[in-house]
Amino acid sequence: MTRALILLRRRLVGSVFVLLIVVIGSFLLLEAAPGDAVDAYIVSTGGDAGMIELLRHRWGLDQSELTRLANYLWALLRLDLGQSVTFSRPIREIILERLPTTLILMGSATALSFGLGSALGIYAGARPGSLRDRFLSIGSLALYAVPGFWLGLVLIVVFAVDLRWLPIGGIETIASGKTGFSRAADIAVHLVLPVSALGFIYLALYLRMMRAGMAEAWRQDFVLAARARGLPRRRIVLAHVARNALLPLVTMLGLQSAQMLGGSVVIESVFAVPGLGRLAQEAVAGRDTPLLLGIILFSAVLVVVINLLVDLAYAVLDPRVGAGEASA
Amino acid sequence: MSELTISRRGLLAGSALLLASTALPTIGFAQTPKKGGRLVLAADSEPRNLNPAIVASNGVFFLSSKIVETLAEASFDGKDGLQPRLALSWEGAADGLSVTFQLRDGVKWHDGKPFTSADVAFSALQIWKPLQNLGRTVFKDLAAVDTPDELTAIFKFAKPTPFQLIRNALPALSSVVPKHLYEVGKIEENPANNAPVGTGPFKFAEYKAGQYYRLTRNDAYWGKDEPYLDEIVYQVLPDRTSAAAALEAEEIQLAAFSAVPLADLDRISKVPGLKVITKGYEGLTYQLVVEVNHRRKELADLKVRQAIAHAIDKDFVVKTVFLGYAATATGPVPKNDPQFYTADVPTYPFDVAKANALLDEAGYKRADDGKRFALKLLPAPYFNETKQFGDYLRQALAAIGIDAEIVNNDSAAHIKAVYTDHAFDLAVGPPVFRGDPAISTTILVQSGIPDGVPFSNQGGYKNAELDALIVKASETLDTSARTELYKEFQKKVAADLPLINVAEWSFISVARDTVGNIANNPRWAVSNWADTYLES
Repeated sequence: MTRALILLRRRLVGSVFVLLIVVIGSFLLLEAAPGDAVDAYIVSTGGDAGMIELLRHRWGLDQSELTRLANYLWALLRLDLGQSVTFSRPIREIILERLPTTLILMGSATALSFGLGSALGIYAGARPGSLRDRFLSIGSLALYAVPGFWLGLVLIVVFAVDLRWLPIGGIETIASGKTGFSRAADIAVHLVLPVSALGFIYLALYLRMMRAGMAEAWRQDFVLAARARGLPRRRIVLAHVARNALLPLVTMLGLQSAQMLGGSVVIESVFAVPGLGRLAQEAVAGRDTPLLLGIILFSAVLVVVINLLVDLAYAVLDPRVGAGEASA
Repeated sequence: MSELTISRRGLLAGSALLLASTALPTIGFAQTPKKGGRLVLAADSEPRNLNPAIVASNGVFFLSSKIVETLAEASFDGKDGLQPRLALSWEGAADGLSVTFQLRDGVKWHDGKPFTSADVAFSALQIWKPLQNLGRTVFKDLAAVDTPDELTAIFKFAKPTPFQLIRNALPALSSVVPKHLYEVGKIEENPANNAPVGTGPFKFAEYKAGQYYRLTRNDAYWGKDEPYLDEIVYQVLPDRTSAAAALEAEEIQLAAFSAVPLADLDRISKVPGLKVITKGYEGLTYQLVVEVNHRRKELADLKVRQAIAHAIDKDFVVKTVFLGYAATATGPVPKNDPQFYTADVPTYPFDVAKANALLDEAGYKRADDGKRFALKLLPAPYFNETKQFGDYLRQALAAIGIDAEIVNNDSAAHIKAVYTDHAFDLAVGPPVFRGDPAISTTILVQSGIPDGVPFSNQGGYKNAELDALIVKASETLDTSARTELYKEFQKKVAADLPLINVAEWSFISVARDTVGNIANNPRWAVSNWADTYLES
C-alpha cells in the first residue's frame, strides 16, 4: 500500500470521532447559552404566555436536552440534518445554498494570501536583511495588525464610495438576470473587495514564515555546497532555499483554513455576502441549535478534508513523511 | 425596466446601454408623480415569517405591508387618524358588542380571485384572534364575524369591547389574507407565509436568502393609477455602517428605520442628493424605559425610585444619546399621541441633591466608600441607544451613591434574563406605543402576568388600585370616558413609578432626492407605498 493511502485510512477513522466530539460539544455549549430559539424570536414580536408555549411545543423545545440530543444524533445517522427553526426550511438545503459562496470567498482569499504571501516572502527572503526585506516585513505586519472589519470598511469607502470602481457589497448584482459568463464576471467583480479584505490580513503570516524559513536555510551547509558548485543564484533561491522553507507554509495553510471560516463571519457581514459565516452568526443570534450544528459539522468536515489534503501534499513534498509507516 | 437601473457594476460589465442611462439625476420638484422605476432600499433583517396577519411587527410590516393590506391605515388628517384601505367605513354599536365594516368593492387578490367579507371573517377568527402576537389580546372576546353580504363584515364580541380600541388597532392588527389559500392545511405552515399573497399595490416576486427581496407592481391594484413604482427591491445589508455607504454610492435610494446610525446623520445630510427625513414614524413611537425589579427591597421603596427618576437628566439623554432625535418623556403615553397624552402628571426634574436627600430619607445612607447599595443593570441590546443609555444610567446612579454593575447580553439572553428569570434589578427597555394604551402599554405595569411574557410587567410590581383602573378602562365603551381613565392611568404610573419613562423616539429615513411622497402618513415606512415614486 502506498504511503498516501495508509495516511488516508488512518485519518478517516480519526475524523469520525473528531466530528462526533465536535457535534456533542457544540450542542452542550449552545444549550448552556441563556435563552432559546423562542426567546430570540419573541424579541421582535412580543406575545402572550399561550403563544410562547405554543411556539416552544411546535419547535420541539419543550423536550429535555437529552431527548433532543438523542433525536439529533439519530437523525444525523440517517444523514438528516433536520429543520431550521429560524428559517423553517431543511438545514441541508440552506447550507448547500450558502456553501459555494463561502468556498469561493475563502478559496480566493486563501489563494491570494498564500500565493502573494509566499511570492513576496521569497522576494524578501532572497536577500534577508536588505531594504526590500525590511519594507515588506513591516508593511505586511501593519496589514496583519489591522482588524478585518476595519480594513473592509476602508476598502468600501475608498473603492466603492469615493472612486466607485467596485460595488459596496453583495455577491452579485441584484435581480440582474445575468447568466453564464457575464454572471461569473459579475460575481468576480463583487468578490474583489471582500477577498482583498480577508486575504491581505493573512498575507503577512505566509510572507514572514517564508522569509524566516529562507533566512534560516541560507545558513545551511547544502546551500553553501550549492553555491560552491557555482549554481546560478536564481536556482539556489528557488530550488534549494525556497523549497525547504515551503513545508511549514503548507502546515500553516491547513491550520489557517479553519481560521479563515472565522474571519469570514465578519467580512461577510461587512460586505453583505450571503455565506456560511453570516448564517452562523444568525443561527447563534436566533439560538437555532440544529442550524448551527449543521454549519459546524460542514465546517468541521471542510477542515478535516483540507488537512487531509495538506498531509497528502506533505507526503509529496517531503519524502521522509510517512516513510516509517510504510511497513506497518 | 430593470436594465435601466443605474449601476456601477453594469458599467464595469461595459454595457453601452447602461452608459447611456447614467445621466445624473436632476434635482427638482416634480408636481405630478412619475410612473415606473425600481426603488432599492436597505433591509437589515430577514423575518422568518412574512405573514403580517400572524406576526404584527414592524420588521414584517416593512416588507409585507406593500403586499398584504389592512382594513385601514393611519393618517395625519383623516377622521380618528385613519384612512380607508380594504374597509371603506367602520361603525361601532353603542353596546360595544359589534363593529360593522363596509368593504371596498372590486378588489382582487394577486391570484385574481375576488376579495370578499369571507376573507375578513376568516382572517379575524382563524388568524388574528388565535395566532397573532397582538390580536390574541385585542380580539380575545371576538366571538363571530357575520357576513350578510360580500362587502359587509360584522364583528360580534362576547363582551363589550371599546370601539376606540378596535379603531386604534386597525392599522397594525388588521392585515387580511386570502381565505382560499389559507383554509387548507395548517396556517402556520402555509407556503404563503414566506411568499405572501394579498391585495396590495405590490406582488411578492422573489426572495434570495441573505441577498434581497423583490416586489413587482400589481397591475390590477384598486387604487387609481397606483402604484407608481414598477419594482421595490429590499437589499439585505446586515452591517449598519454599510447602509450609509450604499446610499452615498447610489446603490440604494432609501434607508428607513434608522438603518443609517444617528452618528452618521450629520455627515450624510451634507452629501448632495441625499435628504434626512424625521417624519413618517409618528405612529411607531418607541419609549426608553427603566424597568424596575420590585422584588429588590431597596427598589420596592417609592423614595428610591423617585431618587432614581430625579437622578436622570432627560434633556442630556435626548441631546447626547439620541443627538436630539427624541423627546423627553413624562409618563407611559408618548407626547406625540393625539388621543390620550396628558402633561398633567407628577414630574421628576433633574436634581441630584434632592435624589441624595430622598435616599438618605429612605434609610440608605452612604457607606464610607460613598456607596449606598449595589445593583445589576441590564440594558436591552436591540438598539445602540438603549446600550448607550445604560452607560449613562450607570454614571447617573453613581452620582447618587448607587453602584450599578452593567450586564451585557445578546437579545435572546436579555429576554430570558429579564422576563423569565427576573435576574435583574434595573433594566433598560424600549417598549413600543401602538396607538392605544390597551394594546401593549398597560401590560407593562399590570400585575398577574405569567412569567416569560416579554415586554410586560415582570418586575413583581403589584398595585391593586392601578390594576382596577386598567380593567375599568378596558371595559369602558364611551370614548371620552375611556380617554379620561387613561389620563388617570398616566398620573398614577408617574406618581408610583412602577417603571421610569425617560424618553420617546422613533426612526429616521435617509433617501435620495429623487424619491417622492416619502413620510406622508404616521406609519409611512410600514404602509403600502402605493403613491411612492421615483423621479429619474
